Amino acid sequence: MLDSVDLSLVNWSRAQFALTAMYHWIFVPLTLGLGFIIAFMETIYVKTGNPEWKRITKFWMKLFGINFAIGVATGIILEFEFGTNWSNYSWFVGDIFGAPLAIEGIMAFFMESTFIAVMFFGWNKVSKRFHLTSTWLTAIGANLSAVWILVANAWMQDPRGMKFNPDTARNEMVNFWDIFLSPSAVTKFLHTTTSGFVLASIFVVGVSAWFILKKREILFAKRSMVVSATFGLLASIMLIASGDSSAREMAEKQPMKFAAMEALYEGKTNAPLVAIGLIGDPQDDPMDSTAHEDFRIKIEIPNMLSYMAFLKADAFVPGIKDLILGNRKHGIMSYKEKIKRGYKAQQTLVAYKKAIKEKSPDATILRAKFEDEEWVNYYFKYFGYGSYYDPDPVQLEKNAFKMIPPISLTFYAFHIMVILGGHFLMLFACILFLLYKNNLENNKIVLWTSVWTIPLVYIASEAGWVVAEVGRQPWVIQDLMTTSKAVSQIDSSSVMITFFLFAFTFTALLIAEIKILTKQIKIGPKKQGGRQ
Amino acid sequence: MLIRSTFSELLVFIGFRNTKKDMKKIVDFYVDGFRNLPDWARSVWFIILLKLFIMFVIFKLFFFQNKLKKDFNNDEDRANHVIENITTP
Repeated sequence: MLDSVDLSLVNWSRAQFALTAMYHWIFVPLTLGLGFIIAFMETIYVKTGNPEWKRITKFWMKLFGINFAIGVATGIILEFEFGTNWSNYSWFVGDIFGAPLAIEGIMAFFMESTFIAVMFFGWNKVSKRFHLTSTWLTAIGANLSAVWILVANAWMQDPRGMKFNPDTARNEMVNFWDIFLSPSAVTKFLHTTTSGFVLASIFVVGVSAWFILKKREILFAKRSMVVSATFGLLASIMLIASGDSSAREMAEKQPMKFAAMEALYEGKTNAPLVAIGLIGDPQDDPMDSTAHEDFRIKIEIPNMLSYMAFLKADAFVPGIKDLILGNRKHGIMSYKEKIKRGYKAQQTLVAYKKAIKEKSPDATILRAKFEDEEWVNYYFKYFGYGSYYDPDPVQLEKNAFKMIPPISLTFYAFHIMVILGGHFLMLFACILFLLYKNNLENNKIVLWTSVWTIPLVYIASEAGWVVAEVGRQPWVIQDLMTTSKAVSQIDSSSVMITFFLFAFTFTALLIAEIKILTKQIKIGPKKQGGRQ
Repeated sequence: MLIRSTFSELLVFIGFRNTKKDMKKIVDFYVDGFRNLPDWARSVWFIILLKLFIMFVIFKLFFFQNKLKKDFNNDEDRANHVIENITTP
């Protein structure tokens, strides 16, 4: 079966989706966080009546507007891709994915487009309080519209609240709240939005540091830093807490991703966390049962991985090989068994469709299986694994080893994200301390570090998505649909052409954004009474 | 007609007493805002419009047709096609 998959098509489709999603994510987190930062600044202006805070608010609002405008609608491309390149996937999940995306579209359009207009056009035309309310509603609206896409993404990582309809080949929503309030959705929303808050805080801190280094607008820059570093520090703490919940969630629902994140081949009790590590030579591709852990260098924190995953220092954390080959002692079902069960579910679906076509009485019996909770939990739950079935047990085991995500990429993306997350927290704390001691201007190292942390925060932000999306391969919907089965059977050259078209368009947009932003930053805030 | 009267009632409900006058105020608010756009905002609006044109006219029309809608006439055929794809040994 696996030989029939056009890897060129799958890889180009994945590359195109990754490209558009990653470009989209360059613009989104700044909008999510900067919206709140300017809302805080404007609140101080309204409370104190000090026009300097209005000037501060208007400057950052201008940068918010540029970023918002360049980024707006870049996510629409992803929806185009669903229908064209991922038609099997779109059909299979349509009812569940469609509803959150529709709500997102309506909410984003009405809330953001209405209140953002008041934000930019409303100075001196509406009351201070109404303007402030609009600024807050823009920030809240942007974050609320992110809820829906994150709920949809969380469902793909932990599908629930739905029932598969074998007549339509679609998953149908049976419990909205089960999907909306799933632990994966809640942690994903908190972790993603707080990462946006941290990114925006670093952006404001970095730009403000540049002003101080240039000995321009010192008071303006320090005030901006007080707001953003305080917000950033609190958001960093929330980010670490939500990341911790997310790791526990992952250890339970996506143990293979969790093992790949730490390059853990053999399961362990009292498993240590690799704080810093350099992976050795790549293992054979695909791996087999001889694969083993290979680090050139590593610094470990004893028991930490067990604690992180299960809140117990002596808990057993399954490794990649435990998951593939199974581990009876710890009650871990092998991938080989899951493949067999998934194949059975797939064959039941094929038999049902055949029985319908032939108007056989078996159709009723087969249809009933999809309604039987016990059967669904025993077989259908592993539906996607069936794609790796082979009647030859040796080949089946080989196929099971093909279900491991790219380990090095997942490992490094995770560690880059975590290490940089720690750096951001320290930087915010350091800046607040130096501001408190009134000694920031003299500390060139901290100021330059702040400036150069701007690109680092974008790297950390993208790395987070790499962990989430690369780490869950080969799944597009965990346990139900593999990436190779989700793609449309179209000509791979057409996907290649659109890949380069997107690459060109989005690069042009990014260059435009950077040019306009840097120009406006260099101009700086207008003097009192000047037009923004 | 029904939509128009419902919309008017909604405006009254959320605080607009004189619908025509208030609507004019809203339109003037936007017109005035767009007339007084600073240079950076004009550049940004140009980029937005160009981007939307590229996305919805060029990409959507020429490159991104819905495959299942294009290739099949009804949902039954679409479902059978997807089932075949996801279960083919």
